[in-house]
Amino acid sequence: MSDSAHGGGGKADVAAAPAMPSSMTPSGIEIPQVATADMVQGDPGSPGEYPFTRGIFPNGYRGRLWTIRQYSGFGSAEETNQRYRFLLDRGQTGLSVALDLPTQCGYDPIDAMARPEVGKVGVSIATLADMETLFDGIDLAGISTSFTINGTAPMIYAMYLAAADKKGVPRESLTGTIQNDILKEYVARGTWIFPVRPSLRLIADSILFSNDATPRFNPISIAGAHVRDAGSTAVEEMGFTLANGLAYVDEMLRRGGDVNRFAKRLSFFFYVHMDFFEEICKFRAGRRVWAKLLHERYGVTDPKALMFRFGVVCGGSSLTAAQPYNNIVRVGIENMAAVFGGAQSIFTCAYDEAFQIPTEFSAETALRTQQVVAYESGISKTVDPLGGSYYVEYLTDQMDLEITKVIAEIEDYGGAEKAIEDGYLQSRIAKRALERKLQTDAGERVVVGQNHFRHEDEGASDFGEVFKLDEEAAGQTIERFNKVRATRDGAAVTQSLQRLSDAALRDDDNLIPYMIDCAHAHVSIGEMVGALKDHWGEFQEPVGL
Amino acid sequence: MSLAGKRFLIAKPGLDGHDVGAKVIALALRDAGAEIIYTGLRKAPDFIAKVAVEEDVDAVGLSILSGSHLELVAETVRQLRALDGGAIPLFVGGTIPTDDQAALKDAGVLGIFTADMKIDDVVAAIDAALS
Repeated sequence: MSDSAHGGGGKADVAAAPAMPSSMTPSGIEIPQVATADMVQGDPGSPGEYPFTRGIFPNGYRGRLWTIRQYSGFGSAEETNQRYRFLLDRGQTGLSVALDLPTQCGYDPIDAMARPEVGKVGVSIATLADMETLFDGIDLAGISTSFTINGTAPMIYAMYLAAADKKGVPRESLTGTIQNDILKEYVARGTWIFPVRPSLRLIADSILFSNDATPRFNPISIAGAHVRDAGSTAVEEMGFTLANGLAYVDEMLRRGGDVNRFAKRLSFFFYVHMDFFEEICKFRAGRRVWAKLLHERYGVTDPKALMFRFGVVCGGSSLTAAQPYNNIVRVGIENMAAVFGGAQSIFTCAYDEAFQIPTEFSAETALRTQQVVAYESGISKTVDPLGGSYYVEYLTDQMDLEITKVIAEIEDYGGAEKAIEDGYLQSRIAKRALERKLQTDAGERVVVGQNHFRHEDEGASDFGEVFKLDEEAAGQTIERFNKVRATRDGAAVTQSLQRLSDAALRDDDNLIPYMIDCAHAHVSIGEMVGALKDHWGEFQEPVGL
Repeated sequence: MSLAGKRFLIAKPGLDGHDVGAKVIALALRDAGAEIIYTGLRKAPDFIAKVAVEEDVDAVGLSILSGSHLELVAETVRQLRALDGGAIPLFVGGTIPTDDQAALKDAGVLGIFTADMKIDDVVAAIDAALS
C-alpha cells in the first residue's frame, strides 16, 4: 500500500472535526439522546412471522448464510469468464453479471452508437454465442446468477435459457435474478428503451413466463439502489421502490396473475450507505410495510408471498476518490448494517469501484470483507440481534411512518407510472442531489478524507494498482459477432424475428417464448430490440430540470 | 458571481445513464443566473454539436461516467469543428482518471470536473474560464 494513498507525513488536517454531530438522521428523523421504552410503539414480533419486522426466516442466517455476490463483468465474455472462475475459486457463492451499455440499451456492438462503449462498464452480450462463452465451464444448475439488466432483460433472460437448453440444464433448475425493473430506469439509471406501457407489458410477460418455466428464478428485482445513489434519502429510496413494486403488482393483476403466486418471486435491491442505524431500520421497516401492503390491500395470505426478500450493494456514492483505502472500512460498516437488516444477498464494492474496474486485488479484498463479517464477527449467529433495542425499534417505527408517507405522496400524484412519465420523481431526486452535494461541500455532512480530516499536502488519489482494460476485448467481441452473423441460418433468423414482431401486436400474447426461439436462432439483441421499436417507438425523456 | 446572460448546453453523450452530475451542475449554473439547455440522455456527438451551434451557446458541458470520454470528446470536437463551432468552449465532467486529463485538454477541453470538487468551485472555474 503506497504511503501517498493516505496523504503522507504528519501535516495538520485542513479541516478537523465538525462542531456538533447532528441530532437528525440523513432522512431527517429526530435522534433521541437516549431512547427509552415509551418511544417504542409495540412488540416487534418474532422472526419468520408476519409482518416480518425481525426477518423473514425464523432461524435467520443459521439455516443459510446470505449469498456473497460480487458484481463483475468487463471487456469480452472470455475475460469476464476468467474473473468469474477467479471469484468462485475464492469462495464467492453467486454470480452477478455486469453488462456493457450497448447490451443494456439494446445496441449490437457494431452499431455506431455502441462502438465507443463496447465492453467498458460490463461485458458485451449480443448473441447466444457470447452467453455460452460467458458461462463456459460453469455449472448453471449449481450456481445462482444475477443479471443487472433492465431494458433488455427479457432478451438476456431468453439467451440465458437458450444457453441452459444447449448445455442440457433443465430450465426449472435455474436460480438467479434478472433486475428487470424498468420504472426506476426512467427515474435514475437511464437504460430505458421503450415507452412505459409496452415496457410494463414485457415485465409482466417475463414474470408470468418465469413463474411457470423457471419457478426458482426471480424475474424481477425491484431496485431502489440507483435512486438512492442518484441522491434520494433512505426513506425515499424505500418509499419510491415500494411504490414501484405496487405498480408492478397492479400490472400483474391486470394480466390475470395470481398475487399469492407471483408475489413469491418479487425481490428487491437497495444501497447501503453510511448511516448505520438508519440503514438497518430502513430494511426492518421496509419488510414490514411491504408485508402489510400486500396483506391489507391485496388480501395476500400465503406467508411466502408476503416475504420481502432483498439484495444489497454496499459502497457506491458513499465511497470517495480521496484516501481510497478508507473505503474498505466504509464497506465493512455497510456490510454489517446489511446483515443486521437481514439481507438475502450482499455485494460489497471494491475500494476503487466507484472510479475504475476493480483489480483482482481490490475485488478480493471486497470479498474477504464479507467473509470476515460472516465468519469472524459472530453477527449472523443469532436472528436480528438488535431486535428489542429501544433505539432500533423507535427508528424502525419512524422509518415505517415516513416510508408510508412517501408512498402516499406518489399515490396522491397519480401513482408511480404517472409520476415517472411526468418527470416528477426525476426532478425531485435531482434537487435532492444538489442539496446533498451542497451539504457535503459546506462540510455539514462529514466525509472523512474528503471534506474533513484531509492533509494539507495531500496529492492526487492513489488507488495502488490500476486496472487496464484489454484493448483487444472490443475487437474480439465484434469479431465473434460478425462470425455469428456470417454462419447462422438466415431463414431461421428471419422467421423467428417475424414471429416475435407479429406477437408484439397481440397484447395478450407472451413474448418470451418467441425471444427464446430468436436466441436459439442467434438473432442478436439489437435485432430483437429493433423489431419491437418498430412497433412501440422509444421513451421520450422529460428533460425539464 | 453571476453568469447572467450566459447560455450553456449540458449534454450526455453516448449511452451512459448517470445523469445526477449533469443535473446538479445544470441546477447550480441556473442558480448562478445562466440559461441552461439540457439534452437528456443518450445523445450522439453530432446531435450535441448541432444543438450547440444552432442555439449559439456560450459553452458546452459534457457529462461522461462510462469510461468512454476519450472517444466521445474527440468525436464531439470533430463534429463541432465540422459545423464551424470549433470555438465554442468545451467542459467535461464525470469519472475522468487523472491519467486521461492531459489528453482531454490536448483535444481542446477547457476544464475537467470530478465529483469530489465543490460545486461553487466548478461554477467559479467556468466563470473564470469564460471571462
